[in-house]
Amino acid sequence: MLTYIVRRLAFMIPTLLVISVVAFAVIELPPGDFLTQQMAQWEELYGDRAEVMIENMRAIYGLDGSAIERYYRWITRIVFHGDFGRSFLENTRVTDIIMNRVFLTMGISLVTLFFTWIVAIPIGVYSAVKQYSFFDYLFTFFAFIGRAFPNFALALVLMYVAYTYFDWPIGGLMSRSFRGEPLSMAKIADVARHMVIPVIVIGTHGLAGLVRVLRAMILDEMNKEYVQTARSKGLSERVVIWKHVFIIACQPIVSTIGWLLPQIVSGAAIVSIVMNLPTTGEALLSALTNQDMYVAASFILVLSTLTLIGTLISDLLLAFIDPRIRYN
Amino acid sequence: MIKSHEYSEKDVDMTVEVEVPGKKDPQNIAQSQWKLIWRRFKKHKLAKNSLIILVLLYIGLVGFAEFFAVHDRTDIFRNRYLPPQTIRFFDNEGNFHIRPFIYNRTQQMDPRTWSQTTVEDYSQRYHLRLFARGFEYQLLGLFTTDIHLLGVEEGGQLFLLGTDQLGRCIFSRIMFGTRISLVIGLTGVFISMILGVVIGGISGLVGGIVDDAIQRLIEVLMSIPHIPLWMAFAAIVPDAWSPLQVYFAITLILSIIGWTGLARVVRSKFLSLREMDYVTAAHSFNAPMFYIIYKHLIPNFMSFLLVNLTLAIPTMILAETALSFLGIGLRPPVVSLGVLLQGAQNFQTVSMHPWLLFPVVMVIVIVLCYNFVGDGLRDAADPYQ
Amino acid sequence: MENTNKKLLEVNNLKTYFYQEDGIVKAVDDISFHIDKGETIGIVGESGCGKSITSLSVLRLVPRNKGKIAGGTIKYYIDGENPIDITALDPRGTEVRKIRGKEIAMIFQEPMTSLHPVFTVGNQIIEVVRLQLGMTKKEARERAIEMLRLVGIASPEQRVDNYPHELSGGMRQRVMIAMALSCDPNLLIADEPTTALDVTIEAQILDLMQDLQNRIGMAIMFITHDLQVIGEMSDRVNVMYAGKIVETGTIDDIYHNSKHPYTQGLLKSIPQIGEKKRLVPIKGTVPNTVDLPSSCYFAPRCEFAMEICHKKEPPDFKVGSEQIAKCWLHKSREEVS
Repeated sequence: MLTYIVRRLAFMIPTLLVISVVAFAVIELPPGDFLTQQMAQWEELYGDRAEVMIENMRAIYGLDGSAIERYYRWITRIVFHGDFGRSFLENTRVTDIIMNRVFLTMGISLVTLFFTWIVAIPIGVYSAVKQYSFFDYLFTFFAFIGRAFPNFALALVLMYVAYTYFDWPIGGLMSRSFRGEPLSMAKIADVARHMVIPVIVIGTHGLAGLVRVLRAMILDEMNKEYVQTARSKGLSERVVIWKHVFIIACQPIVSTIGWLLPQIVSGAAIVSIVMNLPTTGEALLSALTNQDMYVAASFILVLSTLTLIGTLISDLLLAFIDPRIRYN
Repeated sequence: MIKSHEYSEKDVDMTVEVEVPGKKDPQNIAQSQWKLIWRRFKKHKLAKNSLIILVLLYIGLVGFAEFFAVHDRTDIFRNRYLPPQTIRFFDNEGNFHIRPFIYNRTQQMDPRTWSQTTVEDYSQRYHLRLFARGFEYQLLGLFTTDIHLLGVEEGGQLFLLGTDQLGRCIFSRIMFGTRISLVIGLTGVFISMILGVVIGGISGLVGGIVDDAIQRLIEVLMSIPHIPLWMAFAAIVPDAWSPLQVYFAITLILSIIGWTGLARVVRSKFLSLREMDYVTAAHSFNAPMFYIIYKHLIPNFMSFLLVNLTLAIPTMILAETALSFLGIGLRPPVVSLGVLLQGAQNFQTVSMHPWLLFPVVMVIVIVLCYNFVGDGLRDAADPYQ
Repeated sequence: MENTNKKLLEVNNLKTYFYQEDGIVKAVDDISFHIDKGETIGIVGESGCGKSITSLSVLRLVPRNKGKIAGGTIKYYIDGENPIDITALDPRGTEVRKIRGKEIAMIFQEPMTSLHPVFTVGNQIIEVVRLQLGMTKKEARERAIEMLRLVGIASPEQRVDNYPHELSGGMRQRVMIAMALSCDPNLLIADEPTTALDVTIEAQILDLMQDLQNRIGMAIMFITHDLQVIGEMSDRVNVMYAGKIVETGTIDDIYHNSKHPYTQGLLKSIPQIGEKKRLVPIKGTVPNTVDLPSSCYFAPRCEFAMEICHKKEPPDFKVGSEQIAKCWLHKSREEVS
């Protein structure tokens, strides 16, 4: 088991390196850089001297030299100093921007993950055990709709409904009155209310998928021979399902940390743009459109790292649950 | 939001039973496989009807979008944010007319409350017409005509689903947008599929270092959350490119990232098929590798491929919709359902003019249909009920 | 008062039907047999004849969404005197569950898939022992080790913590037997227990089962398609075809004096080591169980078929002191009701 963990961790490092290269390369691809946009302005202001000035600026911003040099500088600063560079747009340290945003993203993502589990498990088990019942069809129906709805549209629809019919405050992380206020129960409640729609919207896609996978797994397992053996021992149906079948069928749930989390993070990106939540998605979009290089590349790197960690955790959990995986 | 399509071993492992005992000809077996699948598919009414809807959509809208549209895609009218048209049979004096009609409308601002209201002009009735004359267009690029399915008498302005922020007819633009969205889904998935099968196949068949390298690459690509990566690629596309070039670029981008899942599964399928008994049996009478692939691996594989195709297309469509919605996908004047939704980015706007969200309905219909068809296919092809 | 009742299980007119889209499959169609205490009876027949479903029916394990018991009774003499009608119990209720594992236990064909892959073999035995006998964890563990030793597994104290995939096929089947016998049942149902094993392992398992029976004294209902195995294990044999029992008798009757053409056909198609005999397969195939005619089911394939065989189903005829055959060839004999 320990060797398994060590091996996985060891593999992570080269993977992260490659990801960092990919992330950086993607940012570097468009011609020009952040400063190119300012070229026109500067030429007006400084005329001939503009070129020299820009070269100097480039050096200051770290935009001079070849792409490889830039990459090397960037990656070494991250590894040795934990410094992700500077944002051109905001003129702040990228590390700060990331810190601000990442916590919220991870928070929403984890809450959504748990929400998805808590809802999917009973629905999935029920659908499988009472196959073809009314509820099974109903849930399947919702699952299909959930998969088909573009999540930003769902966000808009839900916001519309919440606003028109329930008079809820929507958009943003918390109501204006609470901004800057110290932490209090009321503030927490307010934030929680603002979280409801994003969590529902982001979770819906994953929820639909998870319920179907769970249902299919349980249906599959229920036909297996060990279930019959369990019944022949006199175990009650409840024990058979929740102890014998579930521990196998829940594997997709555990592995969802691996694939659901990046999906949630992705989904959060778009939804937070629509709902005005200060998460990584929003920052990333503006960084990309403005070629705010370090911000964009760092975000991609950080998000990928978190995803990798998530995958690792889910694989470890899987190995823990199923001894067959351990001994491979 | 974008479901990186979750392949599982269940998707991969399929053997199809042969219905007719005694007919041992492999050609016959392959054919009866397909017939069997088709027969079982037809039993799923939902899947069958969804397939019909999709076929109708493809033929109707991809070929004849202009025919179904009322106005041209870029026709701008002075009346912005008009709500959907009320089609009437009774006029405001209570008289009944058999032929449905509409009143023209204008937006007027109430000077006191600064709110906009829609005012109907009761002075003139404009009756609806079937196969009416409207704007000119090229039918299938062959000849010019101006006949449309639905239209209205001279002077009337028919906005079935209202107008958008620039005063364009939403219904008509949905017709055009659907065409683009439908096609982009197909082309993107097609490229993805080729990439996935080729790369996955090489990985599985060749094995060794090549296999390892490709697997690492796939892991890397799968670890990066897709939407940020898509966003990154999409934002790279220069503004200066023509809409057509942008279109191709977006298609390419969507498919480049989507192939990884398929490649993984193709590879494991090839790996497991190599060991399967019937391949060993074929080997035992010295059948060449190509023959084995052609006669045995491919038929077994095709149904699986088809299922995943139909399930991957909606992912593409949703992805394109999302990117275009954000402004980094397709760009005007190319109209896709995602581009249409750009006007609905702002919640305030939407709450005042909810009809801006109608393109979503079309997206949902298309995605649902594809999902039903895909599920139906999967159930039909998988004998382990 | 002395208890002279030897009967353990009495199945009367059992019908288990599967209700499918294209018709009703009469997997078990009106069969009757009995098992006495401590005896071994065999149920033999080709695949699809209904023998497995019979065994599942006894423990009410027929999958609910597929089929159900449509008639007949299964009486189990729980303390020798008073029978419980198993067919009258709720298949998911507590009474049936008290019988399963404790009074009647079952082992299945494929031990790899019949054991739970994620629990240790010890835990799987402990589970049933704690449930049915109410033992503490410690007692249960000791019992598990003891059972593993009983079935001939070496170093049971270590093996008890192994997972099924760490054991060989023969050992897994031993574990299944250990698990089934751990609560001292009166009847062991063995559904093709050696079909998936190598011949040498098969021999070991069969020896084990006979040895255990001698020691513990439980009855065995042995289900197989292999006539030779039946010969080794059983006292009496029921031969099944298309959901019906076509012949019943002692092992001697069946082997040397069979009275039903199907049984004879089966015997003729067994290869005998040492004999260079031509193998004679029974021509034709097992009928499609949805469209069964109202004649003798075997008539289309029977070389002795007469006109009446194609018209009417034969009743059971008593053809020996303990032998019954369902065949019109014996219509001169007495009918068994």
